[in-house]
Amino acid sequence: MTLDEKVINIIAEQLGRETAECKPEAAFIEDLGVDSLDLFELVMVMEDKFQVTISDEELKNIRTIQDIINFLKSQGVE
Amino acid sequence: MRRRVVVTGLGVVSPLGNSLLESWAALCAGKSGVGYITKFDAADYSVKIAGEVKGFDPLSFVSKSEARRFDNFILYAVAASRMACEDAGFDRHRPLPEDLGVIIGSAIGGLTTVEETYKTILTAGLEKLSPFAVPCSLANMAAGVVAIKEEARGPISCPTTACAAGAQAIEMAVAHIRCGNAVAVIAGGTEAAVTSLAVGGFAAMRTLSTRNGEPQKASRPFDKKRDGFVISEGAGILVLEDLENARKRGAKIYAEVIGVANSADAFHIAAPPAGHEGAVRCMKRALRDASINPADVDYINAHGTSTQLNDTYEAQAIKRVFGEYATSQLLVSSTKSMTGHMLGASGGFEAVAAIQSIREGIVPPTINLDSPDEAGAGMDFVANIARKANVDVAMSCSFGFGGVNLSLVFRSFKD
Repeated sequence: MTLDEKVINIIAEQLGRETAECKPEAAFIEDLGVDSLDLFELVMVMEDKFQVTISDEELKNIRTIQDIINFLKSQGVE
Repeated sequence: MRRRVVVTGLGVVSPLGNSLLESWAALCAGKSGVGYITKFDAADYSVKIAGEVKGFDPLSFVSKSEARRFDNFILYAVAASRMACEDAGFDRHRPLPEDLGVIIGSAIGGLTTVEETYKTILTAGLEKLSPFAVPCSLANMAAGVVAIKEEARGPISCPTTACAAGAQAIEMAVAHIRCGNAVAVIAGGTEAAVTSLAVGGFAAMRTLSTRNGEPQKASRPFDKKRDGFVISEGAGILVLEDLENARKRGAKIYAEVIGVANSADAFHIAAPPAGHEGAVRCMKRALRDASINPADVDYINAHGTSTQLNDTYEAQAIKRVFGEYATSQLLVSSTKSMTGHMLGASGGFEAVAAIQSIREGIVPPTINLDSPDEAGAGMDFVANIARKANVDVAMSCSFGFGGVNLSLVFRSFKD
């Protein structure tokens, strides 16, 4: 599984959605109806699964699923 | 024909002072009760500030063993209730026990007791568990102990509606007196949740201010640069009484409770919707219950927590309800700018502040207000300095997680 697919699977599971709905360009708040608390929790799951830390500053730049994928890649996750 | 309800006693314990006199003086002077957390080691926390009660001596109100076993939320309530009952003259003319109720709300009750108990299980073992751990954790134990201390055998309850609990206690007490279930009720809220779990938990929601470098400037309701609320603690208690009884015993009457209302947002567990429709409905309903018009309200003690969402939406809601009046003569301030957010106690403390504004003709300020949020444009938030004003009618609003809205309306007493 590619990193993109792993991330999408985790997000789909966390949000109770179909993977098909979780397109990389989907915005959490606008497209997926996620609120800030859901997002904080999702980020904690990502930190746990990929052993990274996402600061509150970096969190401000995460709007879409692709943003998470890009961040993970920037931290050397494959 | 429903009975009229008046306020005959006031008592508070707060980060501004452990008596009504001290707290009110501090409010009028625009002082802040916020500082660095001392109740637990907050070194690793993103939030290091809170409004803590300082120099509180429970031994003025309870025995040594009670002071040891009762969580602070119980002790603050006992102290504030004793001061309120003394203020009401109950030491000279007390209602019959079966006619005196106690309704004291708390969002979370004995959280410190819960945390210490759990630590004991993990570190010292089950055999070391105190037999008082359970009773003194229960949120309604503040009401339970106050009932014992004040010999109150009327209606007893503890609303746990989060940040609206203290206000809801007053609403419930008013309902009991109006329909004759009680002649008087000791009512308000108490909270002592400056603990690792609460601070850590609220911080995880990113809802607390992280302005750790300037604690006294961190709570800034309605200001553009606000970044969350400052958690605090204490108790605010009223003695509410049937007007006929108050008259019969020659009690001092501070104000009348002319309107109360409660509504639900049914929107989100922790956030109001834009425009805060539930609050609009609640304020309108309170005005209807009071049989007054919006322009009859001189002052609103707002919920004003210093969070992005609450303050913007509350300003919008006030404008919806009060129309042009909201940007002409209406005074609005948030005393949370000075006390911080006392959670379940805030509704009780802020009712006291609203009543004091009527009694003293002084409106406490919203401090740290450098530049109001756009939503509040044109509104008078009594920025930074207390204002002398004739306050005939004051409204106090409290909104809690779970989408709970409470509005209370007080008026100077007219025979």
